[in-house]
Amino acid sequence: MDRAEKGAFITAVLFLSFFFALIVYAAKGLNIDVPTCITDVKPYTQGQVIQHAPNRYEIHYLAKMWYFEPADVELPVGSTVDIYLTSGDVIHGFQIDGTNVNLMAVPGAISYARVKFEKPGVYHIVCHEYCGIGHQDMTTKIVVKGGEQK
Amino acid sequence: MKVEGSIKTVILGEIIFPILLLIFGIYHGLMQALYRAGIIKDMSFLGIEYYQGLTLHGVINAVVFTTMVIVAFGNAVFLYYLKRPLRPAVQWASFLMMVIGTLMAAWAMFAGKANVLYTFYLPLIAHPAFYIGAALLLVGSIVPLFFDWAPNYISWRREHPGEKVPLAVFGVFVNHIMWVIMLVPVVITVVFQMLPLSLGLVSEVNPSLSRTLFWAFGHPLVYFWLLPAYTMLYTVLPKIVTGEGKLYSDSAARFAFILFILFSFPVGLHHQFTEPAVTNSYKLVQALFTFGVAVPSMLTAFTVAASLEYSIKSKYPEVKNSLFYWWTKIPYISLEGDKWLVSYFMAGLFLFFVGGITGIVNASYNVNLVVHNTSFVPGHFHTTVGGLVTLSLLGISLYLVSKLMGKEIRFKGLAVLAPWLWWQGMLIFEYAMSVAGLHGFPRRTNTGISYLNPDSPLYRPEWVGYAELSAFAAFIIVLGFIFWAISFFGTLLSPSVREGSLEFPTAEALHDEKAPALNRLTPWFAISVALFVLSYIPALYDVTKRGVFFDSPGYTDKNPVPITKPQSAKEEKSTAEVK
Ligand code: HEM
Ligand SMILES: [Cu+2]
Ligand SMILES: [Cu+2]
Repeated sequence: MDRAEKGAFITAVLFLSFFFALIVYAAKGLNIDVPTCITDVKPYTQGQVIQHAPNRYEIHYLAKMWYFEPADVELPVGSTVDIYLTSGDVIHGFQIDGTNVNLMAVPGAISYARVKFEKPGVYHIVCHEYCGIGHQDMTTKIVVKGGEQK
Repeated sequence: MKVEGSIKTVILGEIIFPILLLIFGIYHGLMQALYRAGIIKDMSFLGIEYYQGLTLHGVINAVVFTTMVIVAFGNAVFLYYLKRPLRPAVQWASFLMMVIGTLMAAWAMFAGKANVLYTFYLPLIAHPAFYIGAALLLVGSIVPLFFDWAPNYISWRREHPGEKVPLAVFGVFVNHIMWVIMLVPVVITVVFQMLPLSLGLVSEVNPSLSRTLFWAFGHPLVYFWLLPAYTMLYTVLPKIVTGEGKLYSDSAARFAFILFILFSFPVGLHHQFTEPAVTNSYKLVQALFTFGVAVPSMLTAFTVAASLEYSIKSKYPEVKNSLFYWWTKIPYISLEGDKWLVSYFMAGLFLFFVGGITGIVNASYNVNLVVHNTSFVPGHFHTTVGGLVTLSLLGISLYLVSKLMGKEIRFKGLAVLAPWLWWQGMLIFEYAMSVAGLHGFPRRTNTGISYLNPDSPLYRPEWVGYAELSAFAAFIIVLGFIFWAISFFGTLLSPSVREGSLEFPTAEALHDEKAPALNRLTPWFAISVALFVLSYIPALYDVTKRGVFFDSPGYTDKNPVPITKPQSAKEEKSTAEVK
């Protein structure tokens, strides 16, 4: 390898190292992390919303061909929500618009993400993994209401 | 060189057969774009359902077309550079296995018995013919390596002690050995999970395990598509660009291939960043390796650009001192001799530039949460496999057919314009799909009847403009394909003007070092396999022992009730749970 090539090689490595450092910083420093292996919640067969405190919620989503349970959920603005997700049949997808929540629903396994809804509005959730003939209709939403305190 | 009759037939067959299918694949690409934009608001069109067509599009374009043409290219490369005859029995066995396998899978898909997409994730299941067909295709594609290429390679090395094998042979050989290694995990899930479930031999399987095995194959697969294109960029492109160009550095090319050997395998978890049941630090480790596998592509970008620069500057002394101006001397559109091929490679490279950047975005661990399973992903890979790879394969197909059959290229003007239309269309397509993806537009979804239908309660107007733009782009790409097809079939059906022969324009290396370490493959592959296995042990442990609580029965795409587990058993279980 001549000088120019070594230069190209080192530039490539430096570039990628810089990107990787930023990623690790975002993951460990800013807590923007990808889903991990969850073993404390067991797969369930019913979806539900659990309120722990005025602004603390836990939602157990169950994805089934071709709907989500619970259906539309209402939350007060500023809520922090622990989202769990599993599937009752095949693989489904789950993305909450405008957030970093992007999960897969896999039968027998639990996906988890935490999200805080700072702004009021309608947050659409779309199944984005092909799950059969009804896939394009599989959606639900979280409505975040402003000012209200329950 | 002259090619023996029967071998010639096989190579031509391996090109023409998948291209006939590709016509359908491309047709449905256009249909998909129209469905998704809501221009076709229906579950099906002309008897093909959306998801059935999408399965065909993925399987035909990305699996059948690529695999068969890559094998044809490999046969041609081994024959031409090693000057050793191929064995007709081996070649016919391989070709027939691939054809029969493809036909079985095609039957299942066209009959609507395999609407599972080209990733066939469990627990959706397809007809057994789909799995058996796919397995036959894949196994057929490795037959030449074992029974033709490896023996020829070994005997060549024995007769040329101390010499390097020609670079093209090196590239193809490395690629197909990698192909054999990556097939192991997917064969395991097909043979031990999918086929038994589909045949009803078992009633439940572990879908997470299957996904992990699948992606242990699914990522290296994209390098299986890419390395033949790189081989052409290293050996063919510099030569034809000026007629006497040179490859900048032979060792750099071999070094890039070695890096692919090392880093192509331990990276599949980057397709599973959002996967439950896998601890995230294992995903981070594989994200790091994924960045490692970006290095050889960046090195290739350098080597190819340097080769172009050297070749252009040695032909045109007037641009000798220019930093950028020499780019204008590349024969982007030229009818002279073999220079028409340059447009395929250059259009492909320009697309790959975009594809590389979006690929690094995808690989970036937490950034993947923004784009995973949105249309950003198909936007990305239509500039890689649908860009550089497809254009190189279309170009080399036309080239090989004209040489092997001794025919002039017909409608050469169309052949030269085709890649540029394709390039322009793909660029617009990629823009529309990527930006829509950032707004959450999902992939693999017949959005025209729901999210993009103004009459539906699910209507999402913010996606409409992008989807319509991608449909417009699809027409431009298809026009490019039609130009290519007119030239291809025009050439194929025209009378022969000379005796058929096989030849590859081959660039010599400007910098040619001995570098024995780069030419000894066994140690590199040994390290590679060790790294592959080690990097997967923790994830496999998670999906079998820790994060997955039970197995799943199989489902078809039409029915939410499982088909492999007796209904009564399921009812008993759920009533037991209620108590
Ligand atoms: C005219 C050319 C093409 C057009 C208009 C086109 C269009 C599309 C569209 C719109 C999708 C997304 C469908 C969805 O997510 O619902 C798609 C998916 C796909 N395309 Fe293409 N495509 C073309 C050519 C190609 C080529 C040449 C290849 C590969 C060699 C290819 C491989 C794929 C694959 C692998 C998928 C993913 C399928 C899946 O998600 O299951 N396409 N294509
Ligand atoms: Cu779904
Ligand atoms: Cu779905």
